[in-house]
Amino acid sequence: MEKNEIEAILKGHPFFEGLDAGQLSAIADCATDSQYETGQFIFKEGQPSEHFFLIRSGGVALEIFVPGKGPIILQTIHENSILGWSWLVPPYKKQYDAQAVKPVKALKFDGKKVRGLCEKDPKLGCTLLMKFSEIMSERLWATRIQIMDIYGKES
Amino acid sequence: MAVKPGSTVVVAKEHLQGVLDALLKRDYLVAGPVARSGVISYEPVTSVTELPEGWTDEQEGGKYRLVKNGGGKLFGYISAAQSWKRVLFPSERRMWSVRRDGKSFAMAGGAEKPGKAALLGVRACELSAILVQDRVLMWDRFSDPLYAARRRNLFIAAVNCGRAGGTCFCESMGTGPKAESGYDIALTEISGDGRHYFMVEVGTEAGAGVMSEVEVTEAGDAEKAAAAAVIAAAAGSMGRKMDTSGIKELLFRNFENPRWQQVATRCLSCGNCTMVCPTCFCTAVEDRTSLDGNEAERRSLWDSCFTLDYSRIAGGIIRQSVSSRYRQWLVHKLAAWHDQFGSSGCVGCGRCITWCPVGIDLTEEAAAIRESDGDTMIKGEN
Amino acid sequence: MARKARAAARHNASGFMVPELYRVVKAWRETHDSFSLELAPADGSPVMRFLPGQFNMIYLFGVGEAPISISGDPAGKTLVHTIREVGSVTRRMAKLKEGDTVGIRGPFGTDWPMDAARGNDIVVVAGGIAFAPVRPIIYSVFNERAKYGKLAVLYGARTPGDLLYEKEAKCWRSHEDTEVLMTVDRALPGWSGNVGVVTTLIGRSKSGNDFDPYNTVAMVCGPELMMRFTVRELIKHGVPESRIWISLERNMKCGIGLCGHCQMQSHFICKDGPVFRHDRIRDIVNRREL
Repeated sequence: MEKNEIEAILKGHPFFEGLDAGQLSAIADCATDSQYETGQFIFKEGQPSEHFFLIRSGGVALEIFVPGKGPIILQTIHENSILGWSWLVPPYKKQYDAQAVKPVKALKFDGKKVRGLCEKDPKLGCTLLMKFSEIMSERLWATRIQIMDIYGKES
Repeated sequence: MAVKPGSTVVVAKEHLQGVLDALLKRDYLVAGPVARSGVISYEPVTSVTELPEGWTDEQEGGKYRLVKNGGGKLFGYISAAQSWKRVLFPSERRMWSVRRDGKSFAMAGGAEKPGKAALLGVRACELSAILVQDRVLMWDRFSDPLYAARRRNLFIAAVNCGRAGGTCFCESMGTGPKAESGYDIALTEISGDGRHYFMVEVGTEAGAGVMSEVEVTEAGDAEKAAAAAVIAAAAGSMGRKMDTSGIKELLFRNFENPRWQQVATRCLSCGNCTMVCPTCFCTAVEDRTSLDGNEAERRSLWDSCFTLDYSRIAGGIIRQSVSSRYRQWLVHKLAAWHDQFGSSGCVGCGRCITWCPVGIDLTEEAAAIRESDGDTMIKGEN
Repeated sequence: MARKARAAARHNASGFMVPELYRVVKAWRETHDSFSLELAPADGSPVMRFLPGQFNMIYLFGVGEAPISISGDPAGKTLVHTIREVGSVTRRMAKLKEGDTVGIRGPFGTDWPMDAARGNDIVVVAGGIAFAPVRPIIYSVFNERAKYGKLAVLYGARTPGDLLYEKEAKCWRSHEDTEVLMTVDRALPGWSGNVGVVTTLIGRSKSGNDFDPYNTVAMVCGPELMMRFTVRELIKHGVPESRIWISLERNMKCGIGLCGHCQMQSHFICKDGPVFRHDRIRDIVNRREL
């Protein structure tokens, strides 16, 4: 994929809203096109966390392998969502498995490069951090509702 | 003399029995006030001698005392402990029954079949309450056939008040002290200057029919003036009032007012208020089977929004706190009722104040909310 | 309202207080704690006409009544109810078999806005047992498919074993312009479908990323908490509040506005609801302990 194609995708995506052309270009430099077939793992628990993803199409299951039970899906990450933020916090290790449940087209971002960008341009760093906080907050909310058992008899 | 609807006549006390006789002759069960177990209670009566001559009631928040006042009035008390719901909307009514039929079952009729009733001694506030319940139970989208059956042939003999009771506030609710309409006959008791008589206003044909069998004279100006004075005395002696201006919006917007928590420190959620209130209409159903399991019936019973179970759904109980339940009752009675039925649900009879074990006074609660309009439990949001 | 006038229009001399007898044609389990009953009038007369969203009071001899949404086809010849076992009456109902008799009072309540939805895209969001009260919407759309636009059905349940009507949903998906997406809060080993709150399906659905605000009607049913955040999410995706309809639940004893139990401020849920347009109740619907 050409860089200008990547930039166009970033420009059109709500997550990157508000970044100026220079910042978008710098981030696009950190991104590559990637594809996964159904069943392929995008990353596995324990791996060094060096990337995050913009899922353009398809779906990704965040899983944990429970000994004696097998893999259990914790959450499905749908298209147009951002996947992965452990690249932001030490020890930079993946906490779950991520498996494509449908054919996935994604943009894969080099976390180390993006961290470097943020150190050079603190304003960009701050903006990105706030955007990732939003994602984390949404995921935390969704997770809390999931464990609340709202459909249970005592809900 | 010919008695017609609109006539005003005078019945001497010694001829009042004629009214009961005329009603009994027409197969009415006559329910009237009697002094019993320390209260005035509405019971079947056949003779004027059963009426509570000389008795009066002293009512205040959480207090009801029956005392002999030395006068000879038959209707010197203010209100019975319970309301005419005892006759029109009893606490238990059979709705229908079913009978097992092989693997299936069949409806077996069984709805209660009440006879004709005549109510003697209906206060203006109570009359208003009957009309309020008519609106709720008969004139809405669905109607209650059990209530309608009891209401259909009802004869109402209203009696105007000569003084305000300790907890009364009918005047500010616009429901009294004079019975204006909805009665078959309305009596005003006048005693003094050696005379003891009743001025009777005839409201309907049924009322005219009854009064034409009683020894009456036409009411003169003096008697009419005396009756008006009696009622004016009642109007002028109100101890309480309810400020109803904008009360619906006031209560709706004060959902978070701390007063609800305050009243909850006193309210026992015993539900007495809902039982004595003449307009409360909430019911529960009870399904029973016979011992051999071949017959079942459904009964309608009084229920109260103060019970925990009242708001139970599969997911739990909606109004868990006492404050939410008190708020539900008061806001329904004084505010939501307007949206639902076009009038207030409260007629100012004061029973809920009298019979509350801790004397909670809804006029005081409404005033407190008005005083603290806009206060909420959230700090810093005043 | 014309809608309300059309609903429940069967003259009943007892004032809708006396049940009519219905025979169980078929009874079957749906999930570990829910079952369905297919009913027909015991005297052979035509089945009651109802509108999607309405409910019946179902009576079990000597046991009592429960208010249950109708979950069958409004154009069908039988009456279908899907019931969750949550109390003494519904647990006894689970034991009903073919040939047994129940009493039915109804249909009561307001209906889903199938008229307002004509010519529109419809998004239905349901949670848990509440898939039952929205199934008549789906049947109605298929009965007159040309009258409606796209249909998106988004359904969430606790675990895969709690999902209702999975087999039927496969059929629904095969229709043109129809998608049925399901998700669970908690996966079990072997589940490869979606996991996550039902609102995550809104963005996922094909029409979800930009609902046409002039052309979408949303109908939401489920626990109040679920409806609350679903409405919030729909609004975020551009559906106007006046085009979002929800179905509320309260304690019901009579179903006809006389017993008082189902009140929510000025509304009787049994006759002013259970279906409400969200903007009409927005100020009170999230009040705690109302």
